[in-house]
Formats: sequence, structure tokens, C-alpha cells
Amino acid sequence: MTRVGQLLRRLSGMVASLLGLSVLIFVISRVLPGNPARLALGAMASEQQVEQFAAEMGLNGPLSAQYIEYMRRLLVGDLGQSLQTRNPVVEDLVTKLPATFELISLAFGFMVVLGIPLGILAAQHRGGAVDNVTRFFAFATVSVPSFLVGIVFQLVFGYYLNWFPITGRLSSAYGEEVVRTTGFMLVDTLLSGSFAAHVDAWAHLLLPALALSFSGMGQVIRITRSSMIDVEGKDYIEATRAYGLPSWLVVNKYSLKNAFVPTLTILGLQYAWLLSGAFVIEIVYSWPGVAKYGVQSVLTSDVNAIVGVTMLIGVVFVTVNLIVDVLASVLDPRVGLAGDNR
Amino acid sequence: MSSETSSLDRFVSPARRELWYRSYRRFANQPMSVVGLVIVVGIILAAVFAPYIAPYPEHAGTFTDFTNAFQQPSLDHPFGTDDVGRDIFTRVLFGYRIALTLVAVVLGIGVPTGVMLGLVAGYTGGWIDTIIMRITDTFLAIPPLVLALAIASAFEPTLEIAMFAIASLWWTWYARLARGLAASQVSEEYIQAAKISGASTPHILFREILPNCLSPLLVKATLDAGIVVLTGASLSFIGLGVQPPRPGLGTMVANGTQYLPTEWWITVLPGFAIFVLVMGFNMLGDGLRDLFDVEVEQ
Repeated sequence: MTRVGQLLRRLSGMVASLLGLSVLIFVISRVLPGNPARLALGAMASEQQVEQFAAEMGLNGPLSAQYIEYMRRLLVGDLGQSLQTRNPVVEDLVTKLPATFELISLAFGFMVVLGIPLGILAAQHRGGAVDNVTRFFAFATVSVPSFLVGIVFQLVFGYYLNWFPITGRLSSAYGEEVVRTTGFMLVDTLLSGSFAAHVDAWAHLLLPALALSFSGMGQVIRITRSSMIDVEGKDYIEATRAYGLPSWLVVNKYSLKNAFVPTLTILGLQYAWLLSGAFVIEIVYSWPGVAKYGVQSVLTSDVNAIVGVTMLIGVVFVTVNLIVDVLASVLDPRVGLAGDNR
Repeated sequence: MSSETSSLDRFVSPARRELWYRSYRRFANQPMSVVGLVIVVGIILAAVFAPYIAPYPEHAGTFTDFTNAFQQPSLDHPFGTDDVGRDIFTRVLFGYRIALTLVAVVLGIGVPTGVMLGLVAGYTGGWIDTIIMRITDTFLAIPPLVLALAIASAFEPTLEIAMFAIASLWWTWYARLARGLAASQVSEEYIQAAKISGASTPHILFREILPNCLSPLLVKATLDAGIVVLTGASLSFIGLGVQPPRPGLGTMVANGTQYLPTEWWITVLPGFAIFVLVMGFNMLGDGLRDLFDVEVEQ
């Protein structure tokens, strides 16, 4: 199959998955016990108001008609009103997405700058003490519940050492002077011209991002280590060594480049998985992002918001996976794109 | 010793016995795998016998003793006591019971369902394969924790609902794994031979293909047990799993956060207990992976 054909096939698979997900979430949202319209309006609302509201939300009529109405709204990006905040769900998501994006991006950065070097180090000292310590660390990061990491970091670096703030995105002292323009606190603080606020935003971001990065760190370390070891044994690496190239050059230029494709795949997948980890970390750090919004909507049976958050995460998750596959196949043409060899 | 082995010889060929012995040596030579095995077996035993070995079995439920609240870890209370004076060590042992029940239910439903669907899909191919794998892809289009949250949100939050929510998602990985394994076996000679000799499809699926897929499935299930524990704990931590006064490990952590930083043990020690169990499963699974020399994606 040609590359374009493969890509089209992969895209159609992605659309099919998302359609399936929309059906699944539709079913879940209609299973909710109790009348969502009644829940939204409260006990004081009259029967007539509830009827009218249900009609507005597309909750009347046979299920098939409801599903068509629900899909129509999804496609035009009308997710309805959040029962909790009384804002349109789309508006809430747009407001909260930058906070989550900032958090998972820095966590991803930590995963890369800590995970890859540790993996390389372990591969170079294979079987030695460094390798064993790294291996244990990798095990620990995949085994520890992320809320425990978050809480221990808060205790040690927040309460005891007092180096970092414990919750939130910005100290209230700067609340007045920082104007929201992009929603990214690191950018907005700079745009507002307050360097102190910028530093404060970093201080708030570091702990949750580091705690979040732990969830995927072990995978990154292990895949880097094993692909470095795979490459080490190859003839062309032997050849570079035989030419007398210094070890650091061999490692950084020849081995790493070829070992990078499997690592890249894992990294991409981990970026998407960070979204899942955020559901716990945003709660621990009261981080006002999409995941915390999702948890609150789940706890308050806020149907429209639940649908919005889950669909959004499904779209991001599937898209990131696609981008990773495309990148991997561009970097290493031997890797196929088709989803059917899974 | 010699009489025992000679009686064994009647059933087991020397070559096979040699293989077992070598596998055992290989496993025993990895300290991490042995530690993992000891942790997992130890915790399972402690959980099963919790009512007999826990120092204060009555503290597992609604017990209160405010005169003993907020006690630091000591010889009487190895993990200290919580906000209403219950022994946290006791509650952790009972929490392990809940965590291991969750693992048993989720894998007990997920593994057979997924394996059956995957074997059928991989062996028959065609439109059956397409349909099964499309459904699988749908479930894989979103992280399980997020979907479990959505499912759990539709009901009153309880342990049983959390189990149901996680179990309804967990078959997908096994379907994928079993499908790949089955598809790779279809063209093998022993399958051709079975077909020619007139074996039925169920016979080929479950008596011929399945036994050849057991080691990757076992490795995957062991590694997965840890992830199931973490997912359940996260659901409980968020408030959609085990409800107080039941001693869910994640629930205990969530309840303790209001007493930070001074009464840290109420939060940190149950969290650490989760870590130890998951670490045990991961070390054991990793050892089994090396032993069987199989690659399983996680």
C-alpha cells in the first residue's frame, strides 16, 4: 500500500474510533439515573420549566433522534451549558485548556530531560551499579500512585522546605496585575510586564509538573536503555569504534540517532497519557485545568461537561497517537503506518 | 530425594525437568523478581488472613475512639491512628483485601473476555475481525481512567461500580494481544495439521492456539495487576471508588490530606502501601517476562 493510502486508512480508523467513543459516551450520559434537566434546575423548578429545559438540551424523543441531535451538536461544537458553572461547556473548556496544556507540556519536558539521559547512562553502565539504581528508579516511578508523589512533593518542598507554593497557578498578590490574554500563565505574566509574577508562575508550575512527569518516566528510561543496547551491538557502531571515534561521539551521534525512533514512539504516547495523569495531579494541586473541571463535573453529574471533557480528551489522545505514528514512519521508513499490523 | 525424583520421572521426561530446573535457576538468579514474588505472595496472605492477623480487626469499619485519634506511628500502632482513632495498619491490611479483590474481578472478567474475542478475531479474520477490532479501538481511544470516571459518574459511587467500570474496559488490551498471537499462529504447521485432521474451530482455538499464548498473557496480566490497583486507587482518591468507612487505600489517602502537614502518616503510609503492592507486581511481572522471553507492550 502506498504511504498516502496508509495515511487515509489510518485517518478513517481514527474517525471510526471517535464515532464509537461518541456512541459510548452518549449511552453513558443517558444512563444517568434521575432526570438531568431536573438535576440542573434544582428542586424549586416547575414541571413545565423542566420539560422546556429538557427539550432545549435535546433530552426528549426517542433515543435514535436524541443521538442524531447529540451528534449534530457535537459536530458544530455546541456542547450545551455546564450545569455547574452555567457557562457554555465549550467556553469552560477553552478557558481551562491552557492550564492543562502548560502543565503536561512541562511534565513532558521533565520526562525528556531526565528520562533520556538516565536511559543512556544505564545503557552505558549496563549491569553495573548505575544501571541497577536506574532500573530501580524506573520501577518505582511506574509503581507509585501519582497522588502520592504529588503529596510527598507538597510535604517536602512545600511545607517543610518552603521552597515552592503548594497549590494554585499564581499567588493572589499578583492576581490584579496579570491580565489574562492567552490563558498560558507563563506568557500572560510576561505580557503583563511583571517579571516577579512570571517567576511566581514558574514556582507554582514546577512541583505539579515534576510530580506528573514521574508517571511516564520509567517507560522512557527503559525504552531508551533497551534501544541503546540494541543499537550498540550493530556493525556500524562497531565500525565507528574501530575508526577510533571517541566514545561520547559514538553514543551521542550514531547510537542515539538510531535508538531514537522507539523512544520517540513511547514519548508521544506518554504525552497523551499525561492527560490521564493530570486527573489526579490537578486535584492534588488545585490546578484549574480541564482535568479538575472533568472531575468536578463527574462528581456533580454535570452531563454536558462530562461529554465535553471525555470527547476532548478522546480527540487529543487519538490525534497525538496519529502524529506519533506519522513521525515514526517519516524518521524510519521501515516502520509502517497502517493500523492493521497491531 | 532420589525416591521422590524417580516417582516424578514416570510423568515428566528428564528433558522437561531439566528445562524447569533451568527456568527456576534463571528466575531465582534475579533478586528483583524474587523480591517481587515475596511481596506479592506476602501481601496476598496478609490480605486473606487480615481478620486474624490484624492487630485491631474491629477498626476496619465504623469504629471510633477519639481518645486515641492522631497517634503517631508506634509499636502499638505501626502506621499510627487516623482522625477517629482507628489503627491505620489494620485498615491497610483490609485495604489490600479490597485492592486484590478488584484485581481478581477486573482480570477475572477482562482476561477471558478479551482473550476469547481476540482469538476469534485473529483466527477467523475477515469482517468478524474488523468488527471486534473496531470496538477495541473505540475503547483504546481514551485513557481508561478517564472512561472509568465517565462510567462511574452515571451511578452512585461505590466499590462495586468502580469494579464494574474498570472491568468493562480492561478486556480491550487482551483482545489486541490475543489477536496478534492468534494471527501469528494461524500459518504454523501444527495448526495446519490440526485442520487437516478435522479438528473443530473451538478445539483449534482453545486447545491448540491458547496453550501457546499463555506465557505472554501471564506476563501481561501480572504487569496489569499493578495498573489495575493504581487505577482503582486513583478512582477512590478522586471520590468515585470505595466510600468511607470502608478502608480503601486511595480513600484513606484522600481522607488524610485534610490533616497535612502535621499528621502526615494518615496520608503517606496508605499511599506507600499501594506503592509496595504495585512494585511487587511489576518486579514479578518483569522477572516473568525475562523468564519466558516475551515482549508485551504496556
